[in-house]
Amino acid sequence: MSLPVYARPWERLWYYSLRAFCIIVLLFLVMPVLVIIPLSFNAEPYFTFTEGMLKLDPAAFSLRWYRDVLENGMVNQDLPVASWAWLSDVWQNSQWVHSAKNSFSIAIGATLLSTLLGTLAALGLSQEAMPARRFIIALLISPIIVPVIVTSASMFFLFAKLGLTNNYLGIVVAHTVFGAPFVVITVTAAMAGFDRSLIRAGQMLGAGPLVIFLKIIMPLILPGVISGALFAFGTSFDEVVAVIFLADYEQRTIPRQMWAGIREQISPAILAVASILVCFSILLLMVMEVLRRRAERIRGVTPA
Amino acid sequence: MTEAVLAADDHALLKTQLSSALRRQKLSAFLLVAPLLIFVTATFIYPIAGMLERSTYSPEFALEMPRTAAALAPWDGTDVPGDEVFEALALDFKDSKTRQATGRLANLVNVELPGARGLIMKIGRGVDRLQPPYREALVALDNDWSKPEIWQALYGLSKAYTSRFYIAALDLKINRQGEITTQPEDKRIFLPLFLRTFWIGALVTLCCLLFGFPVAYWLSVLPMRYANLLMILVLLPFWTSLLVRTTAWIVLLQNQGVINSLLVWTGAISDSNRLSLIFNSVGTIIAMTHILLPFMILPLYSVMKTVPFSYMRAARSLGANQYTAFIRVYLPQTKPGVAAGCLLVFILSLGYYITPALVGGESGTLISNMIAYQVQKSLNWGLAAALSSLLLVGVLLLYWAYNRLAKVDGFKLG
Repeated sequence: MSLPVYARPWERLWYYSLRAFCIIVLLFLVMPVLVIIPLSFNAEPYFTFTEGMLKLDPAAFSLRWYRDVLENGMVNQDLPVASWAWLSDVWQNSQWVHSAKNSFSIAIGATLLSTLLGTLAALGLSQEAMPARRFIIALLISPIIVPVIVTSASMFFLFAKLGLTNNYLGIVVAHTVFGAPFVVITVTAAMAGFDRSLIRAGQMLGAGPLVIFLKIIMPLILPGVISGALFAFGTSFDEVVAVIFLADYEQRTIPRQMWAGIREQISPAILAVASILVCFSILLLMVMEVLRRRAERIRGVTPA
Repeated sequence: MTEAVLAADDHALLKTQLSSALRRQKLSAFLLVAPLLIFVTATFIYPIAGMLERSTYSPEFALEMPRTAAALAPWDGTDVPGDEVFEALALDFKDSKTRQATGRLANLVNVELPGARGLIMKIGRGVDRLQPPYREALVALDNDWSKPEIWQALYGLSKAYTSRFYIAALDLKINRQGEITTQPEDKRIFLPLFLRTFWIGALVTLCCLLFGFPVAYWLSVLPMRYANLLMILVLLPFWTSLLVRTTAWIVLLQNQGVINSLLVWTGAISDSNRLSLIFNSVGTIIAMTHILLPFMILPLYSVMKTVPFSYMRAARSLGANQYTAFIRVYLPQTKPGVAAGCLLVFILSLGYYITPALVGGESGTLISNMIAYQVQKSLNWGLAAALSSLLLVGVLLLYWAYNRLAKVDGFKLG
């Protein structure tokens, strides 16, 4: 929408103030996420910009909090930084590295499981013959809607009876429940734009169901599957309530440790972790954007 | 003639073949959905059903103290029960001591009648010396046994199927006459919390709509190139960890934080009266608005994208001014997006736990925090289940409305 030449002065004013308001809202959205990155390089244990930082004095910036993140929990604190012994100590004993390993293994397990189950379900749901489709979709999506606290508490009551608490399996199962709806949504959406006559063409040319799935369906819905998997990964990686209820100290994930850190004594080391996570989400976002463009290209839509 | 007969046969054959093919298709579609359906039923629906059961069913006391539960059953609930109940209680305690269950029992009773743990533990220590007549012996041990309060608590516990968790969760109580009455104003805990949860949720939804509507509109009318770029600004917070965003708000809003320092530096406020923006409901509302705003912008954007701009121009050329054209032509077409976005944000805000717990302080915590407290700290799982069920019913009603308004098929992400 550009401003028409015949616009009256008050229309011009309205047009520019709407723009200004939108820019302010967009800044409100991104600024908090971005402002913690410079703060994480603070040389002092404060949560605000020091005088030196505002003057861009190099002495006011440091990597001490990043070092803190890595070294917290190390057995031998005196090892020279970046030596082999230091690296192996960090890898084995650092608190944050331990939770990062947990986060990744739980998220990868939950992603694999929810992508597999979710994709199969979406393939079934997008067939015309599927009985009770709307009800089943509503049921499968409900884990996103039901408050996490209700789900987590219910799972805790049941898993406690089954001995599944304080155990990796319980958390992976819980995160699969939270992640699968996203896969169902994205793959169903990908299937909605899918031309069914391609399947019939494949059948006419003599392909069996497996070949049709691998050679025709899969390449076309792959962007949907991958973006669903990324959603599932992001959900699991970010999930903390189920971890609080179902996991022990040994199974703590990054968000769980941040939760504990913020509740007890918030130190700028949290900001360093948060900054690393922001970079990680920028990476995820870029992958999603590439996928979206690819999906548009496949469907023959080009950005205007 | 023969041809016609054959055709009729063919017709019937075709019909059965068609219907069997359809059945096969139905079955194959269902088999694809089945694994996830079974998984979700076993790990999501079943636990929630168990939680619903737990909110009305608590057999623990009746299992530990079978004689007492049986003897209390005919009691009318007023004054102190007869001697046979005292005897049953003493005998049950002797049994529970041999099973070393007295501590568990004390916790159970303490949930129902705060402060009763000492009373039970005292019996646990002195039970071996108890001799008939038990009424006198128990009262000699502690005079509280001659008061009706403890007996009413035990009576409530002795019934396996009970509405007492819901009564507690709705801030009601059963008085001496056995009638259900409301708690006095100053003793109500849960209803004000539910009310606050709805109120903060409504406020957050309103803020999201006020901020989200113009942005979604602007993005929908911009050329795709720019809109995609600006959309990244909406999606970045959406993809950023909840805890990171909450941390960011703590850093920004706290007393010595960035915003207060900025205001002091510009001279807008003096150093001595920095604004308290966090650890209260203001902090909760600001942080939750920020976190839920993308959930408003994305559905609005996807609906606004489909509204042709030429309608506005048509309205203008038919004589409507900008304002009328917007209200009468544009706004009605965005209604599905507004409804979907508002309901989604409101539903999500009702269940918020992490953010209120970290930035809410006293006045900004929500019902979720109370549920977590009841599960983890106060160990009153029945009450937690009743509170969860009430929250769940509210959310499911809204979800049903959401489905009718937005159609789940149109649930869009990113």
